[in-house]
Amino acid sequence: MITTTDITGFLGARRGRGGLHWTDWLSYCYLAIGVMLVLLPIFWMFMSSIKSPRALVENDPRLLPYEQVTTPVRDGQRQLSVFVLTRPDGSKADVAFVGPRGANARVYELGKPGEIIEVPRTALARKDVISPRWENYTDPTIGSTQSRTFNFLRYFWNSIFVTVVATLMTLLVNAMAAFALSKYKFRGRDAIVLIIVATLLIPPTVILVPLFMTVSSLGMLNSLWGVIIPAVATPTGVFLLRQYMLTIPDELLEAARMDGASEWKIFWRIMLPLSMPALSVLAILSVMWRWNDFMWPLIVLTRSEVFTLQLGLSTFKGELNDNMHYLLAMTVLTLMPVTLVFVFLQKHITTGIANAGLK
Amino acid sequence: MAAMVPVRHPPALGGDRRDKTCPATRIRRFHSTTQWYDRFMTAPSPAPKTASAPALNPVSWGWKALGDVLDGPFRALQGHIGANRMAYIFLVPNLLVFSLFSFWPMILNFYIAFTGGQSVLLAERPFVGLSNFRELLDCPSYLDPRTCPVAGFSFWTGLWNTLFFAVVQVPIMIVVALVTAVVLNRDIRARGFWRAVFFYPVMLSPVVIAVIWDWILKRRGILNALLDDGTTAWNAFVGGNWFPFVGGFVIGALLHAIAVRGLKAAGLKVTSAQIAGVGIAAALAILLVLSPGFRASLTLADYRPINWLIDTRSGWPMFWVIFVYTWGHLGFYMLILLAGLQAIPKDLYEAAEMDGTSKSRAFWRITLPLLMPTMIVVLVLSLIRAFQVFDEVYVLTGGGPGQATKMIIQHVYESAFIGDAKRYGIAAASSVLVAGLLLILTLGQLAATRKKAGG
Repeated sequence: MITTTDITGFLGARRGRGGLHWTDWLSYCYLAIGVMLVLLPIFWMFMSSIKSPRALVENDPRLLPYEQVTTPVRDGQRQLSVFVLTRPDGSKADVAFVGPRGANARVYELGKPGEIIEVPRTALARKDVISPRWENYTDPTIGSTQSRTFNFLRYFWNSIFVTVVATLMTLLVNAMAAFALSKYKFRGRDAIVLIIVATLLIPPTVILVPLFMTVSSLGMLNSLWGVIIPAVATPTGVFLLRQYMLTIPDELLEAARMDGASEWKIFWRIMLPLSMPALSVLAILSVMWRWNDFMWPLIVLTRSEVFTLQLGLSTFKGELNDNMHYLLAMTVLTLMPVTLVFVFLQKHITTGIANAGLK
Repeated sequence: MAAMVPVRHPPALGGDRRDKTCPATRIRRFHSTTQWYDRFMTAPSPAPKTASAPALNPVSWGWKALGDVLDGPFRALQGHIGANRMAYIFLVPNLLVFSLFSFWPMILNFYIAFTGGQSVLLAERPFVGLSNFRELLDCPSYLDPRTCPVAGFSFWTGLWNTLFFAVVQVPIMIVVALVTAVVLNRDIRARGFWRAVFFYPVMLSPVVIAVIWDWILKRRGILNALLDDGTTAWNAFVGGNWFPFVGGFVIGALLHAIAVRGLKAAGLKVTSAQIAGVGIAAALAILLVLSPGFRASLTLADYRPINWLIDTRSGWPMFWVIFVYTWGHLGFYMLILLAGLQAIPKDLYEAAEMDGTSKSRAFWRITLPLLMPTMIVVLVLSLIRAFQVFDEVYVLTGGGPGQATKMIIQHVYESAFIGDAKRYGIAAASSVLVAGLLLILTLGQLAATRKKAGG
């Protein structure tokens, strides 16, 4: 006979029922490794983004933003690096590094710039302090160098504009279509639904050239509208919203008509509020698509005043420059908004996408 | 005022009758929605005169007001054409954008594929017949793109790279996503946290992902530094004083366990004397194993940093392209598979337990078959997406080194938009070929799902 203990033993004891089964240990190990693989690169990115340009050029592999202490030369603008000197007797002293001479180094003790001594280089160790360099973040955004290096605020504004306007338009245009296709009977309705669903199968990447020509003939090249409008009518959106609106009872609409509501009012005051769950899924999807969009903006926008953040970042990365510290910091700033949204709306996003993805 | 316009109502609107819920449910749903009705159908009340007036939600007030403002023109329109034809009005914006930016380009694509020249104006593009296609397909051997004309070289290189990418990346990603989903579907603590973390990269933009990994994979980046440190630490460990003890213990324990298992499997009754004997044998083996030769063979050569993304003589650039792409997209498929797993009824597993079915058997006989529909969706989605890979690869490697990671969409993009010669015709012709390929894939999927649903 099978008893409860047998079943527990079979399942592997869990959650305080006498410790963990070895498969549980394996599961947790797997998850922990996976989480490290996901989070460590981003964490490393962040830690690198607050390092000094010098530490980045030197490829300092230490996690924390160390920086070598420097001391100004008395007469000039030059800075000398500070090392810790270990004397043969074991005592230590901070010294400024003047220059090499063979295998030795010429240094002077801090405070005694007159007495230059020669010590073996092996007796020197860098003197480092932890100093996060927040200027990496402030310079390109609110600092004086922003116009020169990376016009972050302009790109940020462009990205926000595209994302917000495109999402609002996507919601409105697709909700209207979904309303018409779910709550009215007219000739050609099923054909339209079929055509819209069929376009789900046409990936936008295979119509790049004609789309570019259309947009260009409408004079929307190098305009944010050229990025926003072509993808406003998404088959996914119509499909998602229509499936949801089909479940809203017609009685409600008829009751509103009895009260003398116009069709628009029915749409605006009944259908839209009641479709909120589906609309929010579409809104999340749209924000993700638009904020992260790269290929289409890359084709439509060629002047840097209209660049979105993604374009700005990729261009900045492509240039051979020594502004790695700005690039890393701006990358962190770019991933910040989606990260914050994700942290707060994590449950909605994951359940919404799981449901939408199944179609 | 707009309200003066008479509104014509049809006797009863058709609506969609596909709602299959029973009448009772529909009525219940109806009642639960009447509060919405009250809230949104009543006219916007004027702004409260005193601050102490009952709280009025400004969002809902603004919503109503905006709706009323827009109501004017729509109501007038409805007065003219009747309520039922308003459907067309609702459809117009969508269909306009749709036809202008989806259907029209689709048709245009075919036409452009048969034209040459560098103009974006259709009228200025000369008709060149099949010449674009000839330039793409006129190869002595498709397997060796170098035998093709210039455009064909780029096309076939991209196509073979993309095929390789898809064929390797998709199975790996599906297996990892499935394993992750199965692990997350277990009775596990903090499932929401794990799920969220695995999904998080999906939220990141391809550009950000590429910058992050480029920074890690530089020649003097953190990965090479870690591998270097790891090699040094391992060599220090192997050459160190503790190695005979630690290594000896580990190897001895392993040998002992294997020997005892083997004896048991051979059907022998294992006594404590035999266990001790095995232990002594294992210890002797260790002494042999720990001889200087063995230790020397465990010592690794000094690590030489690899240029992960630029090294031309190895497959590393392609490896990392596949890795980074999988890193960024895994969470999405994991989520879909997890939803599929959670939809499998629990009582099936309980029944299997009652019958004494082993867990692995339950996985192969219950989980996998019931997950098949979801798996097919995942397979097709990921295949179609893998064929269109562009963003991550373009920012990460730019298609290099040489042409090693150049994908088919990059070929389309570069033919049309990069360089002085804008070969729109070649790009369009390539798109037509790619579209054909994707269509075959999708139809294959549809057929597979049909068969599944039918059988």
